[in-house]
Amino acid sequence: MSSIPNTLKYASSHEWARDEGNGIYTVGITEHAQGLLGDMVFVELPDVGDAVTQGDDCAVAESVKAASDIYAPLSGEIVEVNEALADAPELVNSSPYEDGWMFKIKVSDTSELSALLDAAGYKNSIDE
Amino acid sequence: MANQTALHGKHLEAGAKMVDFFGWDMPINYGSQIEEHHAVRRDAGMFDVSHMTIVDLKGADTRAFLRYLLANDVAKLTVPGKALYSGMLNEAGGVIDDLIVYFLQEDFFRLVVNSATREKDLAHITKEAGAFGVSVTERPEFAMIAVQGPNAKTKVATLLTAEQQAAVAGMKPFFGVQAGELFIATTGYTGEDGYEIALPNEQAADFWQKLLDAGVAPAGLGARDTLRLEAGMNLYGQDMDESVSPLAANMGWTIAWAPEERNFIGRKALEQHKAEGTFKLVGLVMEAKGVLRHGQRVVVEGGEGEITSGTFSPTLGYSIAMARVPATVGEVAEVDIRGKMVPVKVVKPAFVRMSKKVI
Repeated sequence: MSSIPNTLKYASSHEWARDEGNGIYTVGITEHAQGLLGDMVFVELPDVGDAVTQGDDCAVAESVKAASDIYAPLSGEIVEVNEALADAPELVNSSPYEDGWMFKIKVSDTSELSALLDAAGYKNSIDE
Repeated sequence: MANQTALHGKHLEAGAKMVDFFGWDMPINYGSQIEEHHAVRRDAGMFDVSHMTIVDLKGADTRAFLRYLLANDVAKLTVPGKALYSGMLNEAGGVIDDLIVYFLQEDFFRLVVNSATREKDLAHITKEAGAFGVSVTERPEFAMIAVQGPNAKTKVATLLTAEQQAAVAGMKPFFGVQAGELFIATTGYTGEDGYEIALPNEQAADFWQKLLDAGVAPAGLGARDTLRLEAGMNLYGQDMDESVSPLAANMGWTIAWAPEERNFIGRKALEQHKAEGTFKLVGLVMEAKGVLRHGQRVVVEGGEGEITSGTFSPTLGYSIAMARVPATVGEVAEVDIRGKMVPVKVVKPAFVRMSKKVI
């Protein structure tokens, strides 16, 4: 069983978002998703300052197996990216919810949160 | 219901992630594909390759049959136990499969062919064998374990009897010997030293456990693919198939043109391919970030081709690929990665051998 923290919101495309306060949300991919992708070798992140729209692809996770698009779970502006992934993409595998975070969004419209799943909803979506 | 090898239970016991591989339920990894890859390059790893098909050929004219069936020439096999890599071609000169043939006795040769092509291989071999009075017998009662890596032979030796150790002592690459219950061959698909060992299904799990206890790391199909690609070895169905000439698949070295009077299936077509010229299979290296993948478009001097196999190379730390491109290719090329043209170096299609970078 992969871990699905109750404190996070999820997109069915396997991203998680964590409320950091002041409208900032940290984004990464779930433990389930990293397991599907296998060993991460390269993560192409957006640039700080980029505007992203909910559901649009804004990063690419390349594992030994495949290249996989990462979708913005919320609309807003990229305010920070995880520079550590440049040298240590495997953090996405070893610590998907903490050290392996990908980017932070300053969210423009918090009503979009209603489109995301809670832990139970995400769990149901991957049990299908 | 997918086929299961005799080692299926051992894979589940080790927590392997299982996938369907052409009808077989096989381990893709046991946790980390990259760690398994490194285990083989640096120490010793083992693969369950029991899904591969062993076919025994018997009859007085087996050698003559194989000289007709295969593009490489088994006349080169003069010492019992010696093995040869060859393409098995159709009349159009396309590759039906690539295989290893072992010369065991004058009236007994053994083939190891791919599992994905098992049915068409058996049909083709059986059809052609009739005229030579050669019997074709599949050996599904054998499991097969590939133990590979710089310490593979030393670790296997701890499991062998004194007689078996003597049988494999000093065995050169590409030989096989029946030693007690084990058929031990100095072949592999990783570019490392090691053995491929065929043994009765009922002994396989016990042998696998003893290898685990001897410190051999289980490795899945994922690591097998990155290892063979680093070694510049073709994967059937990806780097070549029935629509591809061996000359366009870096298999020119496996075609025995001499003696001219030897007629083998596909020879006429191959001579025409040679006269007309073909695409060639080259290696690509991309040291920038990103990963080359199967199917990506490659632009070279004089035309375009495509990547047949691409991956991140765990040993080198950057991406490598094999690509089929026009023979006019120069020393550099560009690959279309999701719409962006990325420069790459063109090299011979072999990247790592015996744990050493060779590019």
